Amino acid sequence: MDIDYHILREFADSWVLLAMFVFFVGVVIWAFRPGSRSEHRDTADIVFRHEDKPAEKEART
Amino acid sequence: MWNYIKLAVLGIAVVLFGLAANYGRDFGYQVHALIFMAASAITFIYTLRTMGDVKPAPTGYLDGVVRAGVIATAGWGVVGFLAGTFIAFQLAFPQLNFEFLQGYGNFGRLRPLHTSAVIFAFGGNALIASSFYVVQRTSAARLWGGNLGWFVFWGYNLFIVLAATGYLLGVTQSKEYAEPEWYIDLWLTIVWVAYLMAFMGTIFTRKEKHIYVANWFYLSFIITIAMLHIVNNLAVPVSILGSRSVQVMSGVQDAMTQWWYGHNAVGFFLTAGFLGMMYYFVPKQAERPVFSYKLSIIHFWALIFLYIWAGPHHLHYTALPDWASTLGMVFSVILWMPSWGGMINGLMTLSGAWDKLRTDPVIRMMVISIGFYGMSTFEGPMMSIRAVNSLSHYTDWTIGHVHSGALGWNGMITFGALYFLVPRLWNRERLYSLSLVSWHFWLATIGIVLYAASMWVTGIMEGLMWREVDSQGFLVNAFADTVSAKFPMYVLRAFGGVLFLTGSLIMCYNLIMTVRRSPVKADEAAAVPAE
Repeated sequence: MDIDYHILREFADSWVLLAMFVFFVGVVIWAFRPGSRSEHRDTADIVFRHEDKPAEKEART
Repeated sequence: MWNYIKLAVLGIAVVLFGLAANYGRDFGYQVHALIFMAASAITFIYTLRTMGDVKPAPTGYLDGVVRAGVIATAGWGVVGFLAGTFIAFQLAFPQLNFEFLQGYGNFGRLRPLHTSAVIFAFGGNALIASSFYVVQRTSAARLWGGNLGWFVFWGYNLFIVLAATGYLLGVTQSKEYAEPEWYIDLWLTIVWVAYLMAFMGTIFTRKEKHIYVANWFYLSFIITIAMLHIVNNLAVPVSILGSRSVQVMSGVQDAMTQWWYGHNAVGFFLTAGFLGMMYYFVPKQAERPVFSYKLSIIHFWALIFLYIWAGPHHLHYTALPDWASTLGMVFSVILWMPSWGGMINGLMTLSGAWDKLRTDPVIRMMVISIGFYGMSTFEGPMMSIRAVNSLSHYTDWTIGHVHSGALGWNGMITFGALYFLVPRLWNRERLYSLSLVSWHFWLATIGIVLYAASMWVTGIMEGLMWREVDSQGFLVNAFADTVSAKFPMYVLRAFGGVLFLTGSLIMCYNLIMTVRRSPVKADEAAAVPAE
């Protein structure tokens, strides 16, 4: 039991920690990737579309 | 066919719950079995009576359930604020723990009723209703799962009734904010899975290419609450016919699990979910897109990566290992950054539209809620530092901190959302009265300021009194000394509660009059709902 805990613990505070940190840094870099500006502007405008009724047909591309 | 299966299941449920009520081992369990039985019977009759009806294919958004959620939010809000104000007076004047109500209406029974009524009944209904509204609009699709949304609404409110009656009757497992016993927990799990399905299903069938950031926050709230709820409520019932259960974990593991749950209930229920509301309703009311969409993405990921580790700061100077409480403290302090990133993003959404603050009391409400969010997310990390915590812990400072967050941030953003939603959901041109909104705004704000300020004073005072020792090393003050020293602050706090409650009653009047008196929106007069 003790050994299991220590294996998990050491795995968690080394590789898992690194993986989560890398994922987070990746998210930040991805958010600032070239060309994200127009896409983010379009996404931010979602709230101003389809206020009263659903979209008629598929708009996803 | 589906209806026949439903009738059979409901019929069997009525019989089984009747049996459970008959053979139940304690009074609280019997009452709950009867409530379950009544709920099954009502659903049975409703299903039977509407079975043959020919229903037109549903079109547009499913807004009925949002309307019901808005009514429930406002109603439960008043109940919760009233309970809170009453127990505040009970603390100031212990005579209000009436003899004839002993065992039902004393502070110990009413306090969880208050906390659950405001967090889960008021906040939970606000989150469910607003998430259903927002996910449909930002996905440009009708709520997934037919009447699944209605099941979520009624099922969740059944959970609230069971929890509330349970507290009064002593059905509790004594875990803060997770008091309901095993069968109520199981019922909530079923409802929550349905909620997740309705929400995810709508996102999967969306007509927009991207998932708007508000939905990310709502989704993280739903998923994390499911995880927290299941792990923290792992328990073995003593009997299937009784309300008592035994926790699977014990000692410091149980304490750590409880506060991992407790702090993430704050982080994901009261923060992530309500940030979902902020990211939709603030841009809508300001009529401007969110200040920085990039910042909202970073805000989201930073918040969920950090919050989950902050729980151990509730257990400084306990049997919990030092490294764990240090970890909790460090993450709590780091958490300050994404919290203020989110606050800046919300506030700066108004840049170029600050003049609206002068003319629109609804946006004023939203802005002050973001202000309180910033204030309590600064205060929280500070209080999580071990040295500060040694003064603040177990004092009323904690209570003040919780209320500046809950009344200021959660309450005000919810009021703003209700003022936004009611005219749209009932197809009215505008609110009944903007000056009543201003009254609500000022009453609520002054009430919170009185509450938080009096709790700072009394909390720091009692913290200092508790640690004061004389030259011989003896404690100077008895506990009762702090109680009598706090009396004026307790009265002031209760008065702040009265102001906040009055504001919410004004809101209810204003919303009811909006539905009854405000002119119908001209261009869509045909779509007026029947309610």
